[in-house]
Amino acid sequence: MVKVVNKILIQNFSLNYSDGTESLHEITLQIPANAIMVFFGPAGGGKSSLLRAINRLNDLADVISISGEILLADENGNYLNIYDKKVDVIELRRRVGMVFARPIVLPLTIRGNLTYPLELKGEKNKDILMTSVERSLRQAALWDEVKDRLDTSATALSGGQQQRLCLARSLMLEPEVILLDEPTSGLDPISTSKVEATLQDLKQRYTIVLVPQSIQQAARMADYAAFFLQGELIEFAPENALFINPKDGRTKDYVEGRFG
Amino acid sequence: MPKEIEKSAHSSSSVSRNRIQRAGFLLLLGIALFTVIPIFLIIGVVVIRGFQTLTPEFIFGFPYNGMKSGGIWPAIVGTIYLVLGTALFSVPIGVAAAIYLSEYAPVNRVTQIIRIAIITLAGIPSVVYGLFGLGLFVITLKFGTSIIAGALTLAIMNLPVIISTSEEALRTVPHSFRVTSISLGATKWQTIHRIVLPQAQSGILTGVILGLERAAGETAPILFTVAAFYLPQLPRSPFDQTMALPYHLYVISTQVPGMPEGIQYGTALVLLILVLGMNLFATVIRSRARARRQW
Repeated sequence: MVKVVNKILIQNFSLNYSDGTESLHEITLQIPANAIMVFFGPAGGGKSSLLRAINRLNDLADVISISGEILLADENGNYLNIYDKKVDVIELRRRVGMVFARPIVLPLTIRGNLTYPLELKGEKNKDILMTSVERSLRQAALWDEVKDRLDTSATALSGGQQQRLCLARSLMLEPEVILLDEPTSGLDPISTSKVEATLQDLKQRYTIVLVPQSIQQAARMADYAAFFLQGELIEFAPENALFINPKDGRTKDYVEGRFG
Repeated sequence: MPKEIEKSAHSSSSVSRNRIQRAGFLLLLGIALFTVIPIFLIIGVVVIRGFQTLTPEFIFGFPYNGMKSGGIWPAIVGTIYLVLGTALFSVPIGVAAAIYLSEYAPVNRVTQIIRIAIITLAGIPSVVYGLFGLGLFVITLKFGTSIIAGALTLAIMNLPVIISTSEEALRTVPHSFRVTSISLGATKWQTIHRIVLPQAQSGILTGVILGLERAAGETAPILFTVAAFYLPQLPRSPFDQTMALPYHLYVISTQVPGMPEGIQYGTALVLLILVLGMNLFATVIRSRARARRQW
């Protein structure tokens, strides 16, 4: 097996919405495998748009134009252009999972939420489903809290539990990449630290792209960080470099709290 | 004490303001109550004058003696057949159209035309549907005066109700459920089938029942397409004519001299019970679904 260094290559990627808001301009960026990549910057900078471009969830929005490429590596190091016409979007979304800012549990039981993505694939074997349920709940640090009530409604869980359930649900398919759009925005500090610890564990197996809820979270979590402003990638650096010693004046101003 | 004077002046003006508020409130309440009066009068009069007629012989019996004696069983059965036939045609088509409009339809000319057609369909007087059914189903398609012609006519009249209530029910399902489902690798149809439809189910069912309730009570669309003045037996095939409650009520109220009042009110009461019963059923479904809803 080849060791894949960069899981995702974004090359001169531009995107425009039909209403003219929040577009992306000529983004070029490498997302390393088995690490946490943080996209940060003020609202409207294009972080979420780029995130949603990686699993083509933008297909559901009113996008009028896309140019450039986003390439996703498989385990053999072969890159797939995800905007190629021949790409199976359903398969892509199984390889690239997503967790949203608001925990959106489906109106099903806890177990029903978790097995949903596997059932869509046609998996019916109860043992396989149950094994995956336990594995992903453990990975999301939720197993002990819900193991005795898997068949109760998922909406009865607390906000923090719901968000970890959403994370567990995205882990059911064992995706290669997990995209997280402010996954802790509605959570209390304890739940937030649980989710953060989970993500730190998960990066051994997965490539994680995180839009953090704050600069502090960005600094805590980043193995790599990219600063976005008004649809442009301003700066990109490993670990704490952007927070300690930014090169661009705009990054410095934002990190030091002069705007945003 | 200037302070006290000020205070009393203030309170006296607030008292008169309160009085005006109160009068206005009572006026509005009175007007609102006024709208309740007709429904109590209608139900009250029909129940008081009709309930003595409601015997098993009246409900399950055949009319005889020029319909001045006996029961209304053939009309009850006919109305049930018509409602079932209407449901058979209008529910699948109406729900499918609603799914298309809510989930698939792009914003373009064709969609606009479909929407305008549905709105227009809803505004057409029922007697025009009756004549249309006569022309298309009875004469051109040679179904004759029959249950199938009547049910098809009622179904077309019913479509706008079913489509618009079903579309509304589908639209109330949060968009975030759809995005989440798609993000988990679902196709659009899997999302609709597994998430959206089960959540919209009770709303759709409520709309269907309310539509069928209207179909059960209509006279004009069945007048030329299915309704029989008097039949000595129950219909045996979809191509038979049948008696039906609303038309029977019209006949015994205006076309038969010397009709006993009890039979007229009894028939009206049966029709009311049928229609209000369906209404009540729809309300129960709706409130149960609301209690169960988690979003």
